[in-house]
Amino acid sequence: MSLGLKALKKSPWVFHVNTGACNNCDIEILDALTPRFDVERFGIVLVGSIRHADVLLISGPVTRNVLPRLKRLYEQAPKPIKVIVIGACGCNCGIFRDGYNIIGPVDKHIPVDAYVPGCPPKPETIIAGVVKVLNTL
Amino acid sequence: MELLGYIFDYVVFPGFLFTAIVGLLTTWVDRKVSARVQWRVGPPWYQPFVDTVKLMGKETIIPAGAARTGFLAMPVIGLAAATLASTILWKVNLNPGSSFLGDSIVVLYIMTIPAITLIIGGSASGNPLGILGASREMKMLFAYELPLVIVVLTSVYKAGSFSFAEILAYQEANGIMLGSFSGVIAFIVAIMCAQAKCALLPFDIPEAETELAGGSHIEYSGTPYAVVRLIMASMYFIVPVFIITLFWGGFNFSGWSILTSILKYVAIIVIMVLIRNTNPRVRIDQMVRFFWGPMLVLSIIAMILAVVGY
Repeated sequence: MSLGLKALKKSPWVFHVNTGACNNCDIEILDALTPRFDVERFGIVLVGSIRHADVLLISGPVTRNVLPRLKRLYEQAPKPIKVIVIGACGCNCGIFRDGYNIIGPVDKHIPVDAYVPGCPPKPETIIAGVVKVLNTL
Repeated sequence: MELLGYIFDYVVFPGFLFTAIVGLLTTWVDRKVSARVQWRVGPPWYQPFVDTVKLMGKETIIPAGAARTGFLAMPVIGLAAATLASTILWKVNLNPGSSFLGDSIVVLYIMTIPAITLIIGGSASGNPLGILGASREMKMLFAYELPLVIVVLTSVYKAGSFSFAEILAYQEANGIMLGSFSGVIAFIVAIMCAQAKCALLPFDIPEAETELAGGSHIEYSGTPYAVVRLIMASMYFIVPVFIITLFWGGFNFSGWSILTSILKYVAIIVIMVLIRNTNPRVRIDQMVRFFWGPMLVLSIIAMILAVVGY
């Protein structure tokens, strides 16, 4: 394991992408970043620019409008990048499965490292998902 | 041999290595105190070092629309300037004999270079948000530089010399600048300017994570971003040292004075962090009005008091 990857485990900076979710998972993601859970203990920080990100947190089924943006975001991110899908919709489109504007779950379009199911998942679940991804490094 | 000495001063102590390590530790103090203010635990002490190592291991992306040379060269120039300012300040504090005439002016000038490099780097990134951040940084530079220069002049006027050694010697003989009315006012203005110089919260207008997503740093990734963060960390270290040298009797490293020196530094850092944690971001026009209004008036009052003899 290289030094860079070892350091990545200790300081994963997350970037939050909404690909058409109902906003419930986004609220839970923000919950996980609040002082109650205090993920900065583990070096996890929410960053504003995709160029600084190490982990993409993607919530929501992929809509037709957002697909080009999602692909471009993935290409813009500096590698190595980890992708975590938050919520049932991102995993398998959830209740929006039959929507006229939905073109498949996230892993149909970009590689995904972990799925955190739930509608919405609890902050504890999200943190557990991030930890599992970091353990695969 | 003399040249080797200079290189050692610049690269190891008190130059690059020392500045980077203490600067990164300072950003840890910042994050830890912020965490305690928000009733959290906060990151471990090695967090900023881990962040830097991680960023160095990441891919470096140069955006398609960017001016390659300017984009990559600017962080390096900024870091070189910050290191030089730190070297001059610490050489004077450790050994007043190494001071030269007008070094306070030189350090004041060099401390603006990191801001200018970030302006140019942000403009070279080809990102609209980066350019917006650069233009805001420029406005902020115009706003805080004027009161800062005037409060530096109050110190210079009282000591009767532009060199740090004379200012330190004056404070040794007549008590610290903070002991006088003009000194207290000048110190307050200087802390406000330091807040803007380090781009901390009431004045983090150029970075503005929620609206500009990092401003002029937005397109930096990998090693260049690590260098940009090192510049910010070094500035966080240099500006309080500059203020302590001018107004609070400088640093002394013999016997128990080591402890008071470190306490002075930590006190200024904690004041800055507390201001940062208890204030929302102001608008550009509010910021300019603040610096060209109350702060300029206060600094001129400090200057007049210094001339009158208070």
